[in-house]
Amino acid sequence: MARWADDPLDLDGVHSAERVVERLNEYRRNDVPRAMIFVGTGTCGLGAGAGATVAEARAWVERTGADVDIVEVGCIGLCAAEPMLDVQLPGYQRVSFVRVTGDKVAALLDRALQGDFAVQSMLGQFRRDGLAAWPDVPFIDEHPFFVHQRRWVLANCGIVDPESLDEYIARGGYRAFANVLRTRTREEVCELIDQSGLRGRGGGGFPTGRKWKYALAAQADQKYLICNADEGDPGAFMDRAVIEGDPHRLVEGMAVAAYAIGASKAYVYIRAEYPLAIRRLKRALAQAGEIGLLGYNILDSGFNLDIAIKKGAGAFVCGEETALIHSIEGKRGMPRPRPPFPAQRGLFDRPTIINNVETLANVPGILARGSDAFAALGTQSSKGTKVFALSGNVDRTGLVEVPMGTTLRQIVFEVGGGIPDGRAYKAVQIGGPSGGCIPEQHLDVEIDYESLKAVGAIIGSGGLVVMDDHTCMVDVARFFMEFIQSESCGKCIPCREGTRRMLEILERIIRPRREETRLETLERFQGVMEMQRLAEVIRDTSLCGLGQTAPNPVLSTLRWFREEYEAHVFERKCPAGVCRGLVEYRIDPKICRGCTLCAKKCPAQAIMGAPKSPHYILADKCVGCGNCVDVCPFGAVTTE
Amino acid sequence: MMPDITAILDKYEGAGRDQLIPLLQDVQEQCGYVSKEAVGLIGARLNLPRSKVYGVATFYNQFRFKPVGRYLVQVCRGTACHVKGSAKILEALQAALRVEPGDTSPDGLFTLEVVACIGACGLAPVITVGGEFHAKVTPEKIDSILDSYRKKAEADERDS
Repeated sequence: MARWADDPLDLDGVHSAERVVERLNEYRRNDVPRAMIFVGTGTCGLGAGAGATVAEARAWVERTGADVDIVEVGCIGLCAAEPMLDVQLPGYQRVSFVRVTGDKVAALLDRALQGDFAVQSMLGQFRRDGLAAWPDVPFIDEHPFFVHQRRWVLANCGIVDPESLDEYIARGGYRAFANVLRTRTREEVCELIDQSGLRGRGGGGFPTGRKWKYALAAQADQKYLICNADEGDPGAFMDRAVIEGDPHRLVEGMAVAAYAIGASKAYVYIRAEYPLAIRRLKRALAQAGEIGLLGYNILDSGFNLDIAIKKGAGAFVCGEETALIHSIEGKRGMPRPRPPFPAQRGLFDRPTIINNVETLANVPGILARGSDAFAALGTQSSKGTKVFALSGNVDRTGLVEVPMGTTLRQIVFEVGGGIPDGRAYKAVQIGGPSGGCIPEQHLDVEIDYESLKAVGAIIGSGGLVVMDDHTCMVDVARFFMEFIQSESCGKCIPCREGTRRMLEILERIIRPRREETRLETLERFQGVMEMQRLAEVIRDTSLCGLGQTAPNPVLSTLRWFREEYEAHVFERKCPAGVCRGLVEYRIDPKICRGCTLCAKKCPAQAIMGAPKSPHYILADKCVGCGNCVDVCPFGAVTTE
Repeated sequence: MMPDITAILDKYEGAGRDQLIPLLQDVQEQCGYVSKEAVGLIGARLNLPRSKVYGVATFYNQFRFKPVGRYLVQVCRGTACHVKGSAKILEALQAALRVEPGDTSPDGLFTLEVVACIGACGLAPVITVGGEFHAKVTPEKIDSILDSYRKKAEADERDS
């Protein structure tokens, strides 16, 4: 039970009101009674070594006997800076430090708890009301990574203890849900969400409120709400961060949604590759149940709701609504034709609403701050914010939440800090395997559901993979087609056979010249000419979204990077130097010292040369493995 | 010999078809894989023919049908990891362990698996070994990572 249950408030005296404020303040950690240390232990933090950070912090506290509390929080989103450790001293703003690996903890704590921050790189200080700012310490909200962000969904991530129900409630959590149960009808809630303009954040972009209304109107003895936490898009990790860092936000969003549609049972379908998120979610559900926010007759309203967790079993196609439903039903995750849509007949043939994690996580904020405030952000057609997962060849990888309408250029170069290692921008892949690549000339597109379609891409779930000039776009197309081929459920011919053909054509393009017969050369040209038509057929006739969008990466790269395809097809060269079979390896006789290392490492015995004399690579024996490049101590092997 | 799954089966007394995947997951968690024998027992528990159980289990990438080594090595082949060079990491692991993805090393220590996306894209390329994350991996680091687990296995053998 929540702690205040065993310390009943005596509401008659003045002291009680003060005690309430005191307890709220304690949970909100605005002004802390003693020094606090926060360590980000989300999956990214742990991957970067936060486990050692937190262990060293605990050891330090025990050693010094300092009067300090340690709290583990989720990811604030700046993965590139992990592991992160924050220090908050009474009366002052909380300060965040970056790249605090275990070996740096003791030195940092020795000084930082006295207010001396010189010893470690800082992200900056927060800006909460009523606390004194540190002189000469930058503000986090002015940092280029954060200055463009408007954090509605990620508001608590990296700040609060995700395992504390008290902290979530003290910060206003579950108030929207309680309000809705007491003062709004289901119709009113659906209408409110409809008015806000919230659209499905999983990629479909369907108006959420409208979808809820369909389910509310359906008559049935049982209705279901499903939260899609499968997050199958490679490159996407927004949902994981939300569940690890602020699970109660999702639970509250689900509770409101279930009430709005009249569902008394809900599932969270979450991928098995997210064990930490699953643990945090289980705990949050248990906490909410213990205090009576879930279960039977919630807050005396007559509304019942049980939420269960179902783990995915590794099938990308189960991110598709009907496939997901079949998976929960214990069947192979294969889609079915629609209509009937899940809102009419879904799980166990009952009306079902499936919403993405981010969609549901927006709901408490919309109710608390008002649908007008939400609709004030974004563009005409796409309201609110979107969380993007920025990764690949970009300086500041991580999670960012920006208003719809922000340009890609701003995200990649201002928020993300641009391309590292002095390389040039080539493309940003957006929308996962269903999406497309955006070249430099279209970087000023304002992100919203409609504008991206015009340049051959989609918002998708929010994964943004930045690619520099050492990336081959044909290889990227092949990579996605390989993924789609292995994840295709096999039910419909356009997808099962069509994607296999597309993959074959792409592999033929990058196959080395030496391995090709004359007939195969002819087939290569034919294949390339077929690709456009083949892509259209697959797109127009596949049973589900996986097949319908499978050609997108190919179509998009063909459209914007045609010369690269032509170089592969006609000149048999890979300009980016990636496709092994098309890269010619040469040893520069001026640099080569004849150390024979390359000849020894060559698996095809393609390198000739006497010791101490320049070596030579036989092009028709070379298999393009690249070992010689890796092993040459003088950099004498070049690729072309 | 497969570990005894009677306790798990008892938990699913009276369960319906919709419990098939959770039951398969529990069995794999305990045994490391789903054996032919287990498929029969699961079918009997849920009143399903073996073909249906196999049909569902083989559909999903998560389920293995061969025993695993002591440490499961998962290489992430998601988009971000690919762009950051995970193909070379996979090659390096294949060479170091002398196995193809899906197989276990001859010494029984490591099973190599490819996963679609682990979700730690900000730290690409990522691999996990025995459930532990390793971020920003390079082919050069592979040998030392594997060695640390070999030493750990030796230490565990000595202590037991």
